[in-house]
Amino acid sequence: MKLGALSASELTSRLARGGLDVDTGPFVVRVETEIPALAEELRLLYQDFPVDEGGGLADFHVSVRRPAGPLGLRRWWRQQAMVYLDDARPFEPLPIDMAVPMLEWSINWCAATQANQYVMIHAAVLERDGRALVLPGVTGAGKSTLCAGLALRGWRLFSDEFALIRPADGQVDPWPRPISLKNASIEVIRRWAPDAGLSTPVPNTNKGTVAHLRPPAGSVARTGEPAMPAWIVFPTFARDAAPRLTRLPRARAFFKLADCSFNYESLGLRGFTTLSRMIDGCDAYEFTYSSLEDALSLLGALPLP
Amino acid sequence: MDRAVLLRALREPASMGGLAPAEWDVLLRQGRHVGALGRLAALAAGAGVLPAVPSRVRVRLEAALEDVEQQHRLIRWEVIRLRRALAGTGLPLVLLKGAAYLHAGLPAARGRQFSDVDILVPRASLHEVEAALLREGWKMEALSAYDERYYREWSHELPPLAHPKRHVMLDVHHNILPPTGRLRPDPRLLLEAAIPVTGDGLRVLGPADMVVHSACHLLQSGEHDKSLRDLGDLDALLRHFSAAPRFGDELAARAAALDLERPLFYALRFVARLFGTPIPEATARAVRRAAPPALVRAAMDRLFAAAVEPGPPQDPPRRTRLARAILTVRYHWLRMPPSLLARHLAHKIGGRRGRG
Repeated sequence: MKLGALSASELTSRLARGGLDVDTGPFVVRVETEIPALAEELRLLYQDFPVDEGGGLADFHVSVRRPAGPLGLRRWWRQQAMVYLDDARPFEPLPIDMAVPMLEWSINWCAATQANQYVMIHAAVLERDGRALVLPGVTGAGKSTLCAGLALRGWRLFSDEFALIRPADGQVDPWPRPISLKNASIEVIRRWAPDAGLSTPVPNTNKGTVAHLRPPAGSVARTGEPAMPAWIVFPTFARDAAPRLTRLPRARAFFKLADCSFNYESLGLRGFTTLSRMIDGCDAYEFTYSSLEDALSLLGALPLP
Repeated sequence: MDRAVLLRALREPASMGGLAPAEWDVLLRQGRHVGALGRLAALAAGAGVLPAVPSRVRVRLEAALEDVEQQHRLIRWEVIRLRRALAGTGLPLVLLKGAAYLHAGLPAARGRQFSDVDILVPRASLHEVEAALLREGWKMEALSAYDERYYREWSHELPPLAHPKRHVMLDVHHNILPPTGRLRPDPRLLLEAAIPVTGDGLRVLGPADMVVHSACHLLQSGEHDKSLRDLGDLDALLRHFSAAPRFGDELAARAAALDLERPLFYALRFVARLFGTPIPEATARAVRRAAPPALVRAAMDRLFAAAVEPGPPQDPPRRTRLARAILTVRYHWLRMPPSLLARHLAHKIGGRRGRG
């Protein structure tokens, strides 16, 4: 059953009592919360994901609760939310309207710290014709905007944050979770796709204003279909710049890629072997762009390696 | 959460083949929490149940095995660097705990997660060793003047060292218990009986001493949330060494010589109760003489059983927290004479207030 098919009351009560196991593809995430607004946003963003009925085995356990304040006053005044993971409290209590970004960041945190079955790269990943495009990048390089732009125009969304590379065969597993859009990007994507599902923008987070874009249903339906990476493109957004795509030598690409990895160091030999193989099978580029139209046509025309 | 799940998996690895998904959910969380995911994975692989577990679990366990292998590789490399750094001292490098199990090829190393190296050096050589390590680039973490003094005067080890280019912590011990404590084993006995293992100039404690040290660590550790892992170590060591015919007598004799019969009594009692570890008869008979009065024994039984309970990771039950708090007090009580303890607590509590 899909999450969107649950009635409002059923969703709220399962979230509040014991948690709801959401099958996000590579990971089942148990979300527990009694914050009603979070339940609504969760439905908006995760409506197309199946609820896991596999008997209560989850990979990550995220609980978003109101921390107890003095005399319980916080329940009424300046309400806060806090995230509780099995072994961490990744954030200080934050205003309750930040619950959605906190939940998303916490799920990312769980993967980045636990999912050593993958070589993980901080990258957006999309697929067309069976091959994956990997867009590694630091925050601010514009990878999420680019990712959203492509995912809404024909590319299959894998992830806007994680390239999950399987050491066994070098394929990338899809993890098409909501795309985190910041500041001006929110308006850019609204114009790009006026009917896209966006969560309520949250101002004043430490990343500015943040809204999440619902992943396309077609991508969510195909989480079981991995792809071999073909292109590694390091994007840079530069206002008014003419689009420019330049080849990157493999050795340089290797180190840039390892630099963007969450767990390259701790995986040791596995990390090295997996990334070397990936680099050998891909073409790498640096890409400067200022408009999504240019990006769409240039990246869509990349030849197979 | 059912606390028995983790314990049963550690005791009877084959039982993992029949776990329901919800039990795996508990087991993986608890295993991760006590730092025993690698051990569980190794046990599951050893028992041949990996193919039978849900695929989501299998990928996690296989990744844990790979993680452990990488950790062990790093530890071996660190030991080589240590050996080089200390070559000029002419001292043998005596490894303790995880690094010792690994280099001695003991079953206790299988799947064991650890990221620090512990070594034992003669107290007289402490300065020389420290100087050599600092010269080769190891750094001591910056400590407050009080903590520095605490380590230097009242502890059995140097403040932790690490090489800034690598992430392995190094603890340099000159004894296995603090010099201020009630129990004072003579470290010279340990060093004299250390035995060579593969690798140039490397040694580990003799089998009986290794068990006695593991027992002390279990009983005199300030942290009990990882005690199940420590019990697993002790269980693996005992099962391995007990195969030798005279081991029971040797263990009894060493515990007596080192004046550590009481901690050994407790450790053997708890490991037998919780893990079902067979205890050599000769040892059991000998340490019974060191048993505390029945009332104390009963109290410790309950405290320890409650303290090692893994519980729900987000929120350990109240009795677990209480038991851990009491054992922490006991730990400090055994570590220091009352006057020193009073000073230490006054400083720590005062300091915390001052910072708050």
